[in-house]
Amino acid sequence: MEILNQWAFIGVFAVAAPIFPALPILIAWILRPSKPNVLKSQTYECGVETVGDTWVQFRVQYYIYGLIFLIFDVEMVLLFPWAMAYNRLDAFASIVGVIFILLLLDGLLYAWNKGVLEWK
Amino acid sequence: MDCTGLCETLFRGGLDQGIAQFISLLAGVLLVSGVPLVTVIFLIWVERKIAARIQDRLGPNRVGPFGLLQTFADLIKLLIKEDITPTAADRLLYNAAPLVAFASVVLIWGVIPYTPYHFGADLEIGVLYMVAVASLGTLAIMTAGWASNNKYALLGAFRVVALLVSYEIPMVFALLVPVMLAGSMSLLEIVHAQGGMWFGIMAPISAVLFFISAQAETGRAPFDLIEAESELVAGFNIEYSGMKFGMFFAAEFLHVFTNAILLVVFFFGGWYGPLWQEPLIAFMWLGLKASVLYFISLWIRNTVPRLRIDQVMWFNWFRLVPLSIANVLVIATVVKIMQLLNLAPRNLIGASFGEVLPLTLVLLLANIAMGLIIVGQLRTAGQTARVAAENRASVRAAIGD
Amino acid sequence: MEITIVTVAFIVFALISLGGAIGVVTCHNLFRGTIWLMVSLFGAAGFFVLLSAPFLAAVQVLVYIGAIAILFTFAVMLTRSISNLKTRFTRLNINIAAAIALFVLLVVGVIGPVFILNPDLQQPVSSVTRTTIDLGEAFARGNSFALPFELASLLLTAAMIGAIVIARESDDEV
Repeated sequence: MEILNQWAFIGVFAVAAPIFPALPILIAWILRPSKPNVLKSQTYECGVETVGDTWVQFRVQYYIYGLIFLIFDVEMVLLFPWAMAYNRLDAFASIVGVIFILLLLDGLLYAWNKGVLEWK
Repeated sequence: MDCTGLCETLFRGGLDQGIAQFISLLAGVLLVSGVPLVTVIFLIWVERKIAARIQDRLGPNRVGPFGLLQTFADLIKLLIKEDITPTAADRLLYNAAPLVAFASVVLIWGVIPYTPYHFGADLEIGVLYMVAVASLGTLAIMTAGWASNNKYALLGAFRVVALLVSYEIPMVFALLVPVMLAGSMSLLEIVHAQGGMWFGIMAPISAVLFFISAQAETGRAPFDLIEAESELVAGFNIEYSGMKFGMFFAAEFLHVFTNAILLVVFFFGGWYGPLWQEPLIAFMWLGLKASVLYFISLWIRNTVPRLRIDQVMWFNWFRLVPLSIANVLVIATVVKIMQLLNLAPRNLIGASFGEVLPLTLVLLLANIAMGLIIVGQLRTAGQTARVAAENRASVRAAIGD
Repeated sequence: MEITIVTVAFIVFALISLGGAIGVVTCHNLFRGTIWLMVSLFGAAGFFVLLSAPFLAAVQVLVYIGAIAILFTFAVMLTRSISNLKTRFTRLNINIAAAIALFVLLVVGVIGPVFILNPDLQQPVSSVTRTTIDLGEAFARGNSFALPFELASLLLTAAMIGAIVIARESDDEV
């Protein structure tokens, strides 16, 4: 159960960490003036009035980058235990990992060739 | 859970064991988080002074000796500024985003080993924890952009998130190398494994990859299109003013220094140096090395021009990601071959300089070979670009002036 | 059931998970719903820590909150009616009845028998808790999980290729 001891620290830290920036913001809330008027509270658009709803023309490119990142994210996460145990294993482990990475490199090359990775 | 030190003292003094443990943990949290919080106050001054000197001007020098109290002046200014929250903004998310962004950087310091005996928590999965916590910041930025209910903030947030997410791949692949060499994801053990030889010398390309990706992750030049003032007017934090903006600002500065310290922990020996057995000196070595790397990152920031988003993306997907994957493959192969030939110790923790030397030399050779290939590619790319430009110029001259 | 710090942590994480889930279901704003979902999954990560599987906790945070939340947000942007979802909770009564029936079924059918058989069931921390490095070894040994490891990679590659094919079809240029 020593694991829990370390994670208890992280738990307390995770609760305390948002409090650290909250304190200056609270102090500022006490100290600052508050004179809202209609003009100041408007959404900023370089000084003119906003036109239309606030949704933007969405480029599919963002989504594709996020998707490929997700795939690589899961791959990296699976590679970490392999890398941890790497030193105590034999050559077969090396080949297993290399094949794993090469398969995903394959996917990346497919994306590369189809021109999906370019920012148009 | 074992109860030692402060906890034991409180327990003997009559407190309930759970409360004693909690208070001792809280004291630990305050100590550990005191380091980044005090550092960030100093960092803002350092950053401005160095930026100024590189740009051949003086920098802050009015407030306090050498402008040292400038940060406090900025702090007071931000505290008393009016906080203009647009009415159309999503209240809860708008207020929560700077908190989560700052918290995600501070939480990384919980696993950094300052000395062999002083650290927040020695997690078995330290590296993954660090990456996971850093990815919380990405979501915070997206939330900030969305909650501002502003087209420009949203556009800025999309670009930032696309950038952050893309550069996380080479960063984490570069981190696979220290994990592989040390055989552990615990940052404490990674530093211990560098007792014989720094990983930065065994795998310099990984160090460079991590440095470049980390530079991009924090939005530092040449990747600072996030806060390209001439373009999207401060990006996702347009609608933030006063202390909330200050928190985003402080989080970014702290993130850069955090990256410098992580670079030292992963690649440059952590707290190793002459006389490292004394905790105070060990801490000093860590701070010194981190400061040198921080200075280098500031130096780069103030020297190079800004890249466009398509150049940044091209560089990541067509150069950094394949390079980082190739790097992992090469190092994995070399390490395993050396281990099978019994030329390299299986467990680097506690290995001496002599035991690690063959592995170091072979890895260094492999890295130099890769580096030469990269430099060769750069040369040919530069040559083709130059030839193309000369051709264009000569064609233009031939057609007529 | 003694109140240890583990119990307190369990209750906290249970509240976070359930609260987040309720937030997802009752929220009218799609983006806020995504955030509530991430809160709920953060609670699940807490459970993994309590079960001595910190690796899975980190994976949960990294993959879900780091990547999938971003993708959800991008997907939300592709839908037009983000903030003006009208209340479409028709047939409310039968839905509530179904939810209660499902809950009762779970308690009686699954949780009940387990607790009746072992009234002092506690957190199963055995002396042979596997660590992350054992997971890594399991991935790499031939007589262990090497083949599923490779199949996972193949699955990921197939997912990437499939996603690219679909995403490109919606593009005007081929």
